[in-house]
Amino acid sequence: MTAAEAPAGRQLVYTLAITEGVRQALQEEPLAFMAGEDVAGAGSVFGIYRGLLDEFGPDRVIDTPISESGIIGLAVGAGATGLKPIVDIMFMDFIGECMDEIVNQLAKMRYMFGGKATLPVTVLTMSGAGMNLAAQHSQSLEAWLCHTPGLKVVMPATAYDVKGAIITAAREPNPVFVVMCKGLMALPGEVPEEPYTLPIGKAVVRREGDSLTIVAHGRMIHEATKAADILEGEGVSAEVIDPLWLQPLDTETIINSVSKTHNALVVHEAVRFGGVGAEIAAQIAELAFDYLDAPVGRVAAPFSPVPFSPVLEQTYVPNAERIAAEARQILGTG
Amino acid sequence: MANSSQAMEPSEEVLKDLHFRMVRIRHFEEEAGKLMEQGKSPGALHLYIGEEAVASGVMVHLSDQDQITSTHRGHGHLVAKGGEFKKMYAELYGRETGYNKGRGGSMHISNVDAGMLGANGIVAAGPPIAVGAAFSNKYLARIEGRDSMNVAVPFFGDGATNEGAFHEAANMAAIWKLPVVFICENNGFGEFTRQEDHQAISDIADRAAGYGMPGVICDGMDAVAVWEAAGEAIERARSGGGPTLVECKTYRYVDHVGLRGIGLNYRTDEELEEWKKRDPIEQHEKRLVEMGVMTEDEIQAVHDAVMADITESIEFAENSPLPDPADLLNDVYTPTAAS
Repeated sequence: MTAAEAPAGRQLVYTLAITEGVRQALQEEPLAFMAGEDVAGAGSVFGIYRGLLDEFGPDRVIDTPISESGIIGLAVGAGATGLKPIVDIMFMDFIGECMDEIVNQLAKMRYMFGGKATLPVTVLTMSGAGMNLAAQHSQSLEAWLCHTPGLKVVMPATAYDVKGAIITAAREPNPVFVVMCKGLMALPGEVPEEPYTLPIGKAVVRREGDSLTIVAHGRMIHEATKAADILEGEGVSAEVIDPLWLQPLDTETIINSVSKTHNALVVHEAVRFGGVGAEIAAQIAELAFDYLDAPVGRVAAPFSPVPFSPVLEQTYVPNAERIAAEARQILGTG
Repeated sequence: MANSSQAMEPSEEVLKDLHFRMVRIRHFEEEAGKLMEQGKSPGALHLYIGEEAVASGVMVHLSDQDQITSTHRGHGHLVAKGGEFKKMYAELYGRETGYNKGRGGSMHISNVDAGMLGANGIVAAGPPIAVGAAFSNKYLARIEGRDSMNVAVPFFGDGATNEGAFHEAANMAAIWKLPVVFICENNGFGEFTRQEDHQAISDIADRAAGYGMPGVICDGMDAVAVWEAAGEAIERARSGGGPTLVECKTYRYVDHVGLRGIGLNYRTDEELEEWKKRDPIEQHEKRLVEMGVMTEDEIQAVHDAVMADITESIEFAENSPLPDPADLLNDVYTPTAAS
């Protein structure tokens, strides 16, 4: 079921869709537990796990010390010995504290052991700028994870997708990072009450069009959609694709779109250099070169830390106007 | 498994078991080192020679349901946990018949089925994983209504206790009273750096106080001393008493890598010879004979049997198929119907 097919009805904001996803994952799997910094008593600094401690008790919803290495190590060890860990790394920026456990242990244990270990681990983490939290609480570091064989990475940008991503990850026998967007926490959307999953590695076409393909993920989906509205007013029909899963990446849907529109623009909130957009642009160049009418464009954050001052942060983060401007450049209408 | 941890003195069965495990490690490692230095097996080996009493003294108390995590110097831990020589040498040779199907090699050798959660190329990576395994043990004991828990035992060196991961793991094990026994193999060196140059304490067991757990020191060259100290800690962990840090003072006869080393003068021959006077196997064999537990002929028969197993196992490894390059991408992910 895609977002477009979700039955009209109950609306939930993004944060409550997160809560419901974790709640249902814990309800359906007695071997699942949730652990992280202030996830239990406080329900997380974002309030996204409120009520879970009351429902599942302290044996299954667990406040950890501020120990990110320990948290991922806990997930690796518990996952390899029969449990289904769901762990939270409060801000994505904190993965620097646990990159060994992520990159060298969690991602590689199965392969290194010749397929004799299974790591059914879900890691939930909050990414992105927009709250003036400055350079260490605002980053989009998904490229670090996508570069690591053994991990799956999903970046849900709607209330429907975030709940589905959490349940999908919780049912997966592989490590899955659910990279959530703090800038979308108040975003409402249609969310069915029953548990549901997302097809792994399947992109979502957010808007159909025929003269330009915009590939955007995370919060930038919404800016790309606004840009498409602006462009529509100028007589340009843009198709907007949300890969949703960055690892594995749905190359086929992107290439099919570019083959139809002959123009491509890749957008993300992360730093442009070495971002996931560079991989997407390279794949388009490799696989759809003959279809392209212009070089692949990219809109992303500049090569600097995320700044604090609101005026600087707003300059730093891509927006609909910049996406539309780049689209005009590609199409030669700017 | 010989479970005599309740007793003050080890039974004859335990004494023989300790000997057998140590002899298996010593010969396995000596032959592995030769294979590496003859260029027969690829890559680099970190050998456990000299430290055999530690792995053996601990492992006698553990069953296949108890987990361990190991280090870059990990063969001895797997041997002591019942590792089969055929699968071990085959792994060192990078063969499909190895424990890890040739995907891991020396530094990642593992046997999850027997609770051996891998050697590890990253110093101090094991303790957090062992904490996770211990969390499982406590969780599963709770939902299955068992009082006695399986125990997770991370092995790590003196150098690892300077890593943040060790600190995080020790703290988490202590606050949750998890069934973990931290076994520090203090061989006096972090690679080539002496302990006195890498930490300002000489007894790593002192660090236990900082986590609110017991810290004990034992002679890591004496299998019975390790057996006693580990036994008490494992029994406490099993019955819900929480973690312990056991420091085993030991020594690495060989260099950081291989048998011959790379000619560095970070320690003297005299120092090495001084430690060899307390060789864990020679000491234990002397004890076995003096106590009348085994005769010298019986001891020799153990060595001979182990060597015969090794000869056969190396032959098995050398004749085993290499992995098919077509299978390069297998096991990066667990297959699922959906993906």
